[in-house]
Amino acid sequence: MVIKQKAMAGTMESSDCLVYVEPAADLQVEVSSVVMVQFGAAIKKATLDTLAELGIKQGFIKIQDRGALDCVVKARVETAVRRSEKEVQNA
Amino acid sequence: MSKLVKSLEEAIKLCGLKDGMTISFHHHLRNGDFVLNMVLKEIAALGLKNMTINASAIFDIHEPLIDLTKQKVVTGIETDYMGRTVGEAISGGILEKPVIFRTHGGRPGAIDTGRTPIDVAFVAASQADDMGNCTGKFGKSACGSLGYAMSEAAHAKKVVVITDELVPYPLNGFSIPEVNVDCVVQVDAIGNPAGIVSGTTKITRDPVGLKMADLAVQAIIASGLLKDGFSFQTGAGGASLAAAVFLKDIMVQKQIKGSFVMGGITGYLVDMLEAGCFRNIMDVQCFDLKAVDSLAHDPRHLEVSATHYASPFTKSSIVDSLDVVILGATQVDTNFNVNVHTNSQGIIMGGSGGHSDAAAGAKMSMIIAPLSRARMSLVVDRVQTISTPGKTIDVVLTQRGIAVNPRREDLCEKFKTAGLPIVTIEELKARAEAINGIAQPLKTGTKTVAEVEYRTGEIIDTIKNIL
Repeated sequence: MVIKQKAMAGTMESSDCLVYVEPAADLQVEVSSVVMVQFGAAIKKATLDTLAELGIKQGFIKIQDRGALDCVVKARVETAVRRSEKEVQNA
Repeated sequence: MSKLVKSLEEAIKLCGLKDGMTISFHHHLRNGDFVLNMVLKEIAALGLKNMTINASAIFDIHEPLIDLTKQKVVTGIETDYMGRTVGEAISGGILEKPVIFRTHGGRPGAIDTGRTPIDVAFVAASQADDMGNCTGKFGKSACGSLGYAMSEAAHAKKVVVITDELVPYPLNGFSIPEVNVDCVVQVDAIGNPAGIVSGTTKITRDPVGLKMADLAVQAIIASGLLKDGFSFQTGAGGASLAAAVFLKDIMVQKQIKGSFVMGGITGYLVDMLEAGCFRNIMDVQCFDLKAVDSLAHDPRHLEVSATHYASPFTKSSIVDSLDVVILGATQVDTNFNVNVHTNSQGIIMGGSGGHSDAAAGAKMSMIIAPLSRARMSLVVDRVQTISTPGKTIDVVLTQRGIAVNPRREDLCEKFKTAGLPIVTIEELKARAEAINGIAQPLKTGTKTVAEVEYRTGEIIDTIKNIL
């Protein structure tokens, strides 16, 4: 899969996260979190694992986390990536 | 004779306020309070420095305090509660001397016994006469009980009453008598009525909160304490209020006549009084206008001082007669210690208030809180800050199970018989971690930004600066 254009998934509600993706020459992941100290590394790992599963090698991914569980982070990342593909196909 | 002076400046000068003195404030105007800022602005204008503020609580509206500490106008803060805005600045290390946190019972205890003398007490009152009889029950800025102001009014070297509604002498239904008052100042407004009743005083709609409230009521019934003469205190958190509403239904249905309800008073507790669930309300602070109105007009609704409420240095206080208290927590540890001072990032955003006092006094002290908030587990190995010692906490209730302090085998047996979902505190921690994952530890700095005094005055923990 390839990140073809800007897309978002998620919300800024407590226990959720907002994921933003856009095309880039290399792979960049930026994480901010209300529980950065406690779970920053876990969020980054969940994001990178999901991107690897989807075969994403390039793109800028920004996670604004409000205390989401790993399963939520993974679902939001996957949805944002799929939206970034789908919207181009529909265009 | 009249004690009315023309301005706050004149009052401050008359009281002989000097560098390095201690002044006190009470927080009944909550996040609508204009008085603390107004007084400090005047003090700064007079060029006074190194003041110590002894306030029953600091709210976000008191943000100007941050600059005043930087300018060394204020160099000491002693309080029972500190909101996030000032708390974050303190956690950043802006004050050289650590903030001293007390409890709502420990503070008046320290004032009454002379351990923390007050030079000048500033009392915000929504009505006063020109000799200083005053109250919070009536007037455009009515806030209800003045319970937290009574100790300093009785013991401060000088007492200034600040009011926005002057009435002819004598004020009917005064809360603090003229005998203690040195001067009276009239101002345009002591506070913003919208902020006075602000805060967490609405019943929750969150299904997790409602589940906890339902379990809490079942636990109260199972404890055997819910019978004629029952006494009760609850906080103003959404789930605690829901528990009060559910409890009311049970008490009405079973025709149980309780003795009193205590604490910060909301309309929900007034409803319980009016439904005949309790003979009296003991009121140290009102949280909403319904409570204010009830205090002003219902003789069963009694205004009490903070000393009477909770001081461990009196012959007895109301918390000593409490059956059940429902309390909140940001963290609980496996020794049942409770943190209500700092958040997951170690930032000050609260304080004991009456938490430790009610926990120490009540026959059953019950923490109700969700198992996790924003991925942070409620139960940890060691709380970030010990606000209330675990030996005074009997029950930790979450939506995923109830842990009973091993000291209270009697309660545990009763809960089991009632079929309540009993788990160990370690099991609660494990359940939360299974969902959230294991949190990496928070690192704090080495500078002590606050000391936490237990109600008896003993320091039970320190809070370090954030990095």
